[in-house]
This record gives sequence, C-alpha cells and structure tokens, in this order.
Amino acid sequence: MANYSTNEFKGGLKIMLDGEPCSILENEMVKPGKGQAFNRVRIRKLITGKVLEKTFKSGETVEGADVMDTDLAYLYTDGEFWHFMNNETFEQIAADEKALGDNAKWLVENDVCTITLWNGSPIAVTPPNFVELEITETDPGLKGDTAGTGGKPATLSTGAVVRVPLFVQIGEVIKVDTRSGEYVSRVK
Amino acid sequence: MSNVLWQPSADIETLRERAAIIRCIREFFYTRDVMEVETPSLSAASVTDVHLATFSTKFVGPGHAGGLPLYLQTSPEFAMKRLLAAGSGAIFQLCKAFRNEEAGSHHNPEFTMLEWYRPGFDEFALMDEMDELMQLVLGVEPAERLTYQQAFINALAVDPLTADISTLQQLATEQGFADIAAHETHRDTLLQLLFCMKVEPTIGQEKPCFIYHFPASQAALAQICQHDERVAGRFELYFKNMELANGFNELTDAKEQAARFKEDNQYREANGLKQVPMDERLIAALENGLPQCAGVALGIDRLIMLATNKQKIKDVLAFDVERA
Repeated sequence: MANYSTNEFKGGLKIMLDGEPCSILENEMVKPGKGQAFNRVRIRKLITGKVLEKTFKSGETVEGADVMDTDLAYLYTDGEFWHFMNNETFEQIAADEKALGDNAKWLVENDVCTITLWNGSPIAVTPPNFVELEITETDPGLKGDTAGTGGKPATLSTGAVVRVPLFVQIGEVIKVDTRSGEYVSRVK
Repeated sequence: MSNVLWQPSADIETLRERAAIIRCIREFFYTRDVMEVETPSLSAASVTDVHLATFSTKFVGPGHAGGLPLYLQTSPEFAMKRLLAAGSGAIFQLCKAFRNEEAGSHHNPEFTMLEWYRPGFDEFALMDEMDELMQLVLGVEPAERLTYQQAFINALAVDPLTADISTLQQLATEQGFADIAAHETHRDTLLQLLFCMKVEPTIGQEKPCFIYHFPASQAALAQICQHDERVAGRFELYFKNMELANGFNELTDAKEQAARFKEDNQYREANGLKQVPMDERLIAALENGLPQCAGVALGIDRLIMLATNKQKIKDVLAFDVERA
C-alpha cells in the first residue's frame, strides 16, 4: 500500500495508525510564523468507530490503508454471520458480529448497505440512512393524540426499539433514521 | 450552469470592514510621521529560513535572456532594512507576502502583511506602539506581557531555557505527542510543538498577550539580549489562539547575521533541503550600518478575522487561493 505524506491528508483518506485502519475526518495545518509546521488531524478508527486527535510533524509520511467501501444488498443471517451480495456480480460476503456492531437491527432484506472492507475483509457495515420496518409490539397509546409529547416505545420486526408518536399502532410500517435511531414518519 | 467558482470567498460587507481597517492603520502611521514605503515583491534573493518555502519564477528580458531567477518575498524585511540603512527613518509597509506550502484556516499562500520599523525604539517601546494600534483597531484592553520562559512554565511547569532534550521529550510524550517525541532530537522543534499546542491556548484569550524574549536559538533576526544570552529581543503577539505578529529588536551586526544565514544553510544541508544563497545585499546594507531599531510584522488578514469575528482566513480575503 502506498505511503501518504501530510501534504496529501484530506477528509476521507484511509491510513494505517498503530496497526489499525483509520479514516481522516479533518486535517488542520498549524504553523508558527518562524517554525516547524504540524498537522492536527481528527481520525476515525474504522474497526471501533472511535474518533481521536493526532498531531503529525509536517512532511511525515504514513502508510495508506487498503480500505474500500462497497455497496452490497443484505441477504440473510445465520446467527453467526450476516450475508451480503453484490447485485451485479452476485459475489457474496459474510460480515461478523464485530463488523455489524449495533447495526444488525437496521438490516432489511434486499436493502443496499455500505460494507467497509479492509484488505478484503468486512470491518464495518453501514445500513442505509433510512429504513422501513413494521411495528410488531407497542402499547395502544391515547386515542386522538396527533402531536404527542414523548411518544411511546415500539418494537420493530428486527428487534429494534424506537420511540414513536402515540397514534402509531402495531402492524404499521414506519420510516426510521438509522443514524439517530429516530422515528421519521409512517409509510403508506 | 457552470461549476466554476467565480464568486469572492469573503462577503462584500466584510470587505467593506476590511477597507475601513486598512484606512485606520494608514492614518495611525500618518499621525506618527512614519513614512509609507513599497518594496519589491520579487527579489533575486530567497530566504534561508529552514521553515519557509518560497515561490520562484524567472525574469526574461533585456540583460537576462537566460532568465534571472526571482523569488516572491516571504516578508519585506530585507528590503526595508536596506532602506533604513540608507537613512529612511521610521517606515511602514502594507503589502502581500508569499509563502509556498501554507494553506489552512489561518493561512493563505498569499497574504497581507503590515511591517514597520522604528529607529531608536527597543522591543518594549515597539510593543507599546503595537498595543496602541491593537486597542484602536480591535477595541481591546491593553495587552498582557509574559516572557516566553514564564508562559512556558505557567502552562507546563518546565523551564524551556534549561530543560534538556530528554526532559522535553518526556514532556511531549506526557502531553500526547509520543510519536513525535520518540524521534525528535531537535530541541527547538519540541519547544515549538509544545508552545504551539499547549502554551498558546493558555494565553491571550480575554485580551492580547505579548510573549517576549524568545530562546536565543529561535532569535531569527533579533539581537541576543545583553542581560541574558539565553534569550533574544524577539516578541510575538497572540490573541484568541492566533499568532498575530512577530517583532524584533533588530540585529544590526552584519557578521552575526551572515553567521545565522550560514547556520540555516547547514541545517538545510543536514536535512535534505536545498541550500539557499544568502542575501548579499542585506549583508552589505548591514555592513554599511543599520541604525539600532525595532521592527514588527503583523498578519493583517488575521487581524481582520479578529475584528470581524471570522474563523477562516478565506472569509476575509476577496479570493482565497482556491478561488484566485
């Protein structure tokens, strides 16, 4: 994998840091008027999702990481692995629990997710920004309440639990923002 | 519809405020009888400073069919000192300075510098005058003043003038810069890293702060202090995490100046950087006699950022480098 110098740092660049693949979020050059320049960089570690700050001396080089994102459709899970397929090549990939993290509850059959691959192996799965899921369990809530206050909890077909307005009922399909875990709207 | 970015990077209202500040600065010097000068942006000499990269070009014309290499000035300092040596008296200049490789939220490769020189002033008298200018333009209170040594000790409990390299490496590691500290053997690089990242945020927040008497190894073009050889008559002004100005009680000794340029070149050679021929015309001017004086360079774009409450330099530039 190629090496990158600090001059090439920019958002989205994938580099290796302490043996882990990382993505650069932000790169700021800091330079005193008569002195050495430094790069203050915000980095996301791709396996754990943790964000940290690191300072480099300008001109330093780092190893690039063989990381790429690919869009694959979710097929099914056998409990141990979650299987995805490329709709064009029909190639399949299996991601483990670690790569799924918290996101297993947003997987809908055939939905296209972004799989992050490091050296060819999946390390992260990002579901689409919005998913549509059926409510399998919730309290009836107060009749006639259209605006609601805090809403009520509802369990979705995948097991995810989301707060919904009081007027939403079991069997209804709702749209959820997977990034925040929040109810967006009902789906007709 | 084209994607070509033709619009200015700053809004017109900010440009109006910028114009008012420039005018205010000129009036400040007119009332003090400091003469405005214009010196070349292009010079046959580059700078030996190991941390500055210059833009270069070639002049092709009468007498120079082969092309005369010319460099865009990183600051008007050398030319202004030549004017002082020729008897100009107190002078100021508002001009563009050019530094290759520098772009960021506080840097643009082409930026505006205010530089002025006062024969007969020492660094303290110049700080006083600079203080007045800041109060006028920014409406701030008089600046605080701290020595480099004191500011460092206040923030990190280590004396930058006496600490040895392993103490500094350990300090840098403790402060979260283990990777840099592990390989760094150059004392000043560690001091700069620590000062920039850990000391600067602790000073000049409510009102501007002058840091004076930098370590002699970071003297640049300032005289070494007579009362303490470990420090030089160099000062800087900081406000709200921005380095605004760099000033000196100017070095007038031609031999010492030539020696510092030579040292720069030795460092360059040792670190795989191209050597730069020293500015012979500046040395000749110093040999002729530079009157004792203090001078300072102030980043005008950053000053305007503070006055207009902007976080990025492009917001005060008509067109930043990406739109130039």
